[in-house]
Amino acid sequence: MIRLFANANYDFIKWRRWAFSLTGGIMLVGLGFLLTRGLNYSIEFTGGTLVQFELAHNVPTGNIRAALDRVGLTGADVYNFGSDTSYVVRARLGESAAQGEAGTQAVADAVARALDQSVGSGQYQIARREAVGPKVGRELQGKALVAILLSFVITLIYLAFRFEWRFGLAAVVATAHDIVATIAFISVMHLEVSLVVVGAVLTVVGYSLNDTIIIFDRVRENLRKYRRQNLYEILNLSINETLPRSVLTHGTTIATTLALLLLAGEVIRPFAWVMSFGIFTGTFSSIYIAAPVLLWIEKRWPGEDARGARTFGARAPATPAAAAPPAAPTSSPPRAPQPAR
Amino acid sequence: MGKIRQRLYVIGALIIMSIVSLVPRNSKQRVIDQQTGRMKDTTVRRLPINLGLDLQGGIHLALEVDQTKGPVPDCADAIQRAQRVVRTRIDEFGTTEPVVQIQGRYRLIVELAGEKDPARARGIIQRTAFLEFRITDMKNLFKDALPQMDAALRKAGVKARGAAAPSAVAQLFGGDTTKAARDSVAEANAPGVLSSLLFQGQLPGEYLVPEEQWPLVDSLVQRPDVKAAMPRGIELRWGAQSESRGARAYRALYAVESRPIITGEELIKAVARRDPVTNQSIVPFQLSHRGARKFSEETARHINDYMAIILDGRVQGQPPVIRGQIGANGQIELGNKSLQEASDLALVLRAGALPAPLTIVDERSISATLGADSIHDGVRAGVVGVLLVIVIMIGYYRVSGALAVAALTLYCLFTLAGLAAFGFTLTLPGLAGFVLSIGIAVDANVLIFERIREELVHGKSLRLAVDDGFLHAMNAIVDSNVSTILTALILYAVGTGPVQGFAITLIIGIIASMISAIFVVKTLFLIWLQRRPDMVTLSI
Repeated sequence: MIRLFANANYDFIKWRRWAFSLTGGIMLVGLGFLLTRGLNYSIEFTGGTLVQFELAHNVPTGNIRAALDRVGLTGADVYNFGSDTSYVVRARLGESAAQGEAGTQAVADAVARALDQSVGSGQYQIARREAVGPKVGRELQGKALVAILLSFVITLIYLAFRFEWRFGLAAVVATAHDIVATIAFISVMHLEVSLVVVGAVLTVVGYSLNDTIIIFDRVRENLRKYRRQNLYEILNLSINETLPRSVLTHGTTIATTLALLLLAGEVIRPFAWVMSFGIFTGTFSSIYIAAPVLLWIEKRWPGEDARGARTFGARAPATPAAAAPPAAPTSSPPRAPQPAR
Repeated sequence: MGKIRQRLYVIGALIIMSIVSLVPRNSKQRVIDQQTGRMKDTTVRRLPINLGLDLQGGIHLALEVDQTKGPVPDCADAIQRAQRVVRTRIDEFGTTEPVVQIQGRYRLIVELAGEKDPARARGIIQRTAFLEFRITDMKNLFKDALPQMDAALRKAGVKARGAAAPSAVAQLFGGDTTKAARDSVAEANAPGVLSSLLFQGQLPGEYLVPEEQWPLVDSLVQRPDVKAAMPRGIELRWGAQSESRGARAYRALYAVESRPIITGEELIKAVARRDPVTNQSIVPFQLSHRGARKFSEETARHINDYMAIILDGRVQGQPPVIRGQIGANGQIELGNKSLQEASDLALVLRAGALPAPLTIVDERSISATLGADSIHDGVRAGVVGVLLVIVIMIGYYRVSGALAVAALTLYCLFTLAGLAAFGFTLTLPGLAGFVLSIGIAVDANVLIFERIREELVHGKSLRLAVDDGFLHAMNAIVDSNVSTILTALILYAVGTGPVQGFAITLIIGIIASMISAIFVVKTLFLIWLQRRPDMVTLSI
């Protein structure tokens, strides 16, 4: 039998400050992009027009842009979509001259007119055409926001129901981290934020939560099983014990998302990017955000029962001094009496 | 032993149910007839999985009542009327299984699969409804002109088709119809092409055409030589729906005066009611001041005539008879027809009377080729993804991994069957969700197998390790899957079409993976352990 990371005994928690710096750095970069460039919202959210067309022959982007200028579409984006002969023209509301509900359709018609003039009427095929009015755009913005907030609230309620609140809070912090990190990633990659991408973010949230729960479930079990160890040791033990599972599951999930990213076509690619990143951040946050935050919470508000922790002395087996917080040097519970069982 | 057999029965039943729900079945579809360019019903055999517009191509439109040209008092009512009007118009489009439904309260969703001309769709849908009342051909002018039309057709060399047997002529104009008609048929000697296809209806100016013949008849009466023979002041209008008389379906053709006695502009309101005295369904309506004056003049001249109610060029229901002079307040009597039909008519009247202008707030169209490409790419990604997962699982867990892979095939079967059985729509994001869920689906097995390994390391016997492994992994599996289902439910609640497809696929996938990864794999393990009782090491 092949065993990856069998009897692994890494001191994961020791590296938490490094991990915090790393993720903080990524978020700062993301924030920088977010502030300077903003998010690349799809027309679903902004309202506007998108026309995707396939050309029979390769035509330089410059020619298409010039043709669009001639029909008065000066603010529209033109970019290649997947292949050299496949183009997308996108005009968000407010960027183009046309406004209002009918305006978005007028823009789409204008694109067809421009193509008729520049490449000839039989030389292109319109593959996709979207004209979203401002009202629907605003509605979808609201819906996406509601979806994210609602998923937060429901997650919180579920965790409170299944775990003790300390665990729940730690999991929520980890989840919040995932959302922020994913948005930073989206911003850096300049991925188009459509409703499907919001769906991907929520799926990442679910996946990451899933991962956190697997580890916390083991923590809960180990707290009952090993009464002499402190929380620091138990967290490390639990992460190590679930490591083979993590490697395998993340492996299969990465395999399928990579297949989506590379093979499933251009339309689904932003979704696949977000999922691929999400698997990494979800794994990372379960180990380096959820667990240390749980440790920190237990330190601030110590639990009294077996599910809570005893001490946080964190005399990690391998590294006695390096990561040890100053408080509570012993590994036996000084204050919380153990329930007799 | 008995326990295993019970489990196998359950699995067998699930597999059979899944296969049954996935067997291609006959479904009725309205499709466009290539020869005549008309709609007809056909039965097609197809896989019962609905594809979203993004996969099969088509047009999606969201419409709302246009309030920019003045406020509309009751938008919810207006949109209901619009739904009815749009639905009848869509037929003209020739789309297979069009969707016309109200979303929320104020929005109308129209989906035309496979259609690719959004401008035409917009034109047809946004055109305001036109309502008019016309007197039917009371003097049978059309019928008198039929021989001339037949002659014109004969001259042009149009032959009657096989369906128009001479016996139809006997039936035609048999009974109480005018002498002139009988003479004219007699004069013609041979059955006329057109007249042999028309059956006299119940009232003057009404003719019935067998449903399968009406495209043919319509093409005949559209011919210039036939139109030239049409009596002056008479036009032909088709009935809106086909009606069944006996075993056959007929479409009504009405000869009506070309001058409407009144149009929908004058109509203020119409409701459906049941007459308290006669218990008949009636539709009282009210006309504007100007309309009332005109209407009372006209109806005075046409007492006991039949009045066709024509919406968008199609006659709605059977023309009612005018009993007496009608002023501002009239009523249409529907006899013993149901109240539902009465309220349908009232709706039509109001729709024509108050054409709420519709504005398109969202328009998406995707070409069928792009949809086909998406399916192709999505399936390719799925196949590669599955192969990778199989390699990882069997490479790492050996025989146990092979069991998990066997369960994975069932997982795919269950998920597709779930989509088919509940009639959910598969979209491109849904396809991506399905591929993704294959990767996640093995998670439960990974959790279980790792547990079993741990139990074995702790020195437990094979049988006990397997049992405990499943038992102890359960907590984590349930917790993690429930959290994913919760987020998917939220997505479904707030999402639109494609995103909902994603959420649905994810939810069905998770449920299917719980069944296959836990129940099926456990059963396979039990069988394995039973057949090899002497086994000392587990291939895991």
